[in-house]
Amino acid sequence: MPTMNMLQAINNALDIAMAEDDKVLCFGEDVGVFGGVFRATSHLQEKYGRARCFNTPLVEQGIIGFANGLAAQGSVPVAEIQFADYIFPAFDQIVNETAKYRYRSGDLFNVGGLTIRTPYGGGIHGGLYHSQSPEAYFTHTPGLKVVVPRDPYQAKGLLLAAIRDPDPVIFFEPKRLYRASVGEVPEEDYQLPIGEAEIIKQGSDITLVGWGAQMEVIGKAVELAEEAGIACEVIDLRSLLPWDVETVADSVFKTGRLVVTHEAPLTGGFAGEIAAAIQERCFLYLESPIARVTGMDTPFPLALEKEYFPDHLKIFAAIQHSVNF
Amino acid sequence: MTQATYKPAFMTGDEFSIPTFSVLNHDGAIYPDAQSPDLPRDKARHIYHAMLATRILDERMMAAQRQGRLSFYMQCTGEEASVIGATAALDDADMIMAQYREQGALMYRGFSFDEFMNQLFGNQLDYGKGRQMPVHYGSRKLHYMTISSPLATQIPQAAGYAYGQKLAGEGHCTLTFFGEGAASEGDFHAALNMASVHEVPVIFFCRNNGYAISTPAVEQFAADGIAPRAFGYRMHVIRVDGNDVLAVYEATRRAREIAVKDNKPVLIEAMTYRLAAHSSSDDPSGYRSKDEEEIWRLKDPILRMRKWLEQQNWWSEEEETDTQESLRREVLDTMKRAEKRPSPELDTLITDVYAEVTPALQRQYDALKAHIRCYPDAYPKGAQALGLDGDQQHKTGEQ
Ligand SMILES: Cc1ncc(C[n+]2csc(CCOP(=O)(O)OP(=O)(O)O)c2C)c(N)n1
Repeated sequence: MPTMNMLQAINNALDIAMAEDDKVLCFGEDVGVFGGVFRATSHLQEKYGRARCFNTPLVEQGIIGFANGLAAQGSVPVAEIQFADYIFPAFDQIVNETAKYRYRSGDLFNVGGLTIRTPYGGGIHGGLYHSQSPEAYFTHTPGLKVVVPRDPYQAKGLLLAAIRDPDPVIFFEPKRLYRASVGEVPEEDYQLPIGEAEIIKQGSDITLVGWGAQMEVIGKAVELAEEAGIACEVIDLRSLLPWDVETVADSVFKTGRLVVTHEAPLTGGFAGEIAAAIQERCFLYLESPIARVTGMDTPFPLALEKEYFPDHLKIFAAIQHSVNF
Repeated sequence: MTQATYKPAFMTGDEFSIPTFSVLNHDGAIYPDAQSPDLPRDKARHIYHAMLATRILDERMMAAQRQGRLSFYMQCTGEEASVIGATAALDDADMIMAQYREQGALMYRGFSFDEFMNQLFGNQLDYGKGRQMPVHYGSRKLHYMTISSPLATQIPQAAGYAYGQKLAGEGHCTLTFFGEGAASEGDFHAALNMASVHEVPVIFFCRNNGYAISTPAVEQFAADGIAPRAFGYRMHVIRVDGNDVLAVYEATRRAREIAVKDNKPVLIEAMTYRLAAHSSSDDPSGYRSKDEEEIWRLKDPILRMRKWLEQQNWWSEEEETDTQESLRREVLDTMKRAEKRPSPELDTLITDVYAEVTPALQRQYDALKAHIRCYPDAYPKGAQALGLDGDQQHKTGEQ
């Protein structure tokens, strides 16, 4: 099996999707000749031509509005927003249009073919405008699907699933791991299910839930916890909307404890949704309060990024606190 | 009002094209039909000095980035005449709302190397408190709005700021810089419309430097550049040679008159070239040829102005050498100082989110401090800010 980094896996998924179906199009700022500023779309223009892989003018609302129209027509657009921080100019097109097309037309029209790819997250010394994790704005919007892969294998399988999904998907790519995460990825076509969490590690003492780049951080916290004799069950949500409440609840029935972590600020973050849903189902099984380890309620800083970051030590501290409650 | 016609004649705008206003030719001489603007010797030398200082700052900082001393950098190389020529035509108290590649404007207004470096290194003296990436400068004193990374957001804000200036009646205007790429954003179109409807003293200054990261201008717009868009909003517009400092200066000076005296917005499109990479993270060899860059190197705006100054006997070879040398030395000295200054205080994590620190933020901050005390080695900046020096650090770590 070949080894790929996450960018190569994404590129490979796009290549497969475009080869299979000429309705699939890739576009966005710098996506054409240059292959995107991170190079996720490298060589696609060479292979599939300028009509199917192209640079757009610098206008996110235009990119997504255009993509909505294309998808309504029956094409399968994969639109790139260069950084998730710059998805907001397209917010209206996404939350009022993409998300509501099918509903408002009684299914006369839909934009299910649309996939929006965008790099998110911190830890790259990017300061407040190149580090945001805006997933919660979108998980609050019925009609969208929100997916976040954690490694190259997932990135390929989930992206192919997203492109072929009958609903519009926002695909948040953890840019900190673009090159850092390397692993075996099958060359052939495969899909991973959207809406299903994955239990990465079984354990009896506490459940840890995260997604995307935080899974790596959770991994380090688990090492510390295991050294301290705490057996962790680790769940990667993979998909935030819809999210797999059953898998998480089943785990918490077993362990009685839950830590949820994300980089986005605490207040209004997606961990709050998980905590609420789990205490509703598992109230009598909980042995300590559900803990959230997240970014602070501030913009993402630059010089003090390390202090701000929900790192393995903060997660480990939350695990200890929960176990000793 | 519209005139009736009984023939279906479509128009595309190709019927006319907007000329480019130039004054200085490539040899530093005034074109035969052109007129040299009224630019006194000292002001001309000040402009040139700012152009040179910007070039040298850019070169040194790019090198520092390559050495790993600086996390990121963006050069203005090739565009000094556009940015500095325009700034020189303003009143020093006029507002500037820039995109990010306009350090020359600050240089002209007297931002010191220390002030530049403190921001670049995000140290304790950075006005932005180490929160933003390098090159996101701001100065209240110099009427230069702090840079925001999301493109084009400053353009409608400039219209709003200028409207406030008009209401205040102090005779000032706002100039906003942006790239031809950013001019594709909805914010640009919203800004022009708001400004023309509300008769706002704002100058929209587009640096058309040919590229938005890797995207060439021909993939950015299909029309004759940015300038014709002014017609749709019934706005004054001029296109200038952006590598000709005298043309930029004169065009902006006149634009300012229209803005301030008539309360009308003006669009300026400066035709120039981004000689350097987009940023320190970019490699232009992937999307354009060295030959193309070489052609533009021959049109270097600094060289052109220098030739003109020398023809006026306002500048000499010797002054050039001395100035370059002393600027280089000064940049290096200030950089060394700035690198050594400590990081911003830990509480800058939670201040300025709101006017007052909220109880929720205070709770989060207290929890963070307690956490850092448990693991001081993992958070060197935080530990230093909390006064957990070497020895103590060790002790706390062992607890
Ligand atoms: C809203 C938004 N979208 C995308 C970006 C990423 N980005 C930063 S600079 C840039 C190109 C800007 O080109 P242009 O406006 O022509 O200015 P230049 O860099 O040429 O000076 C892009 C796409 C951003 N900062 N903001």
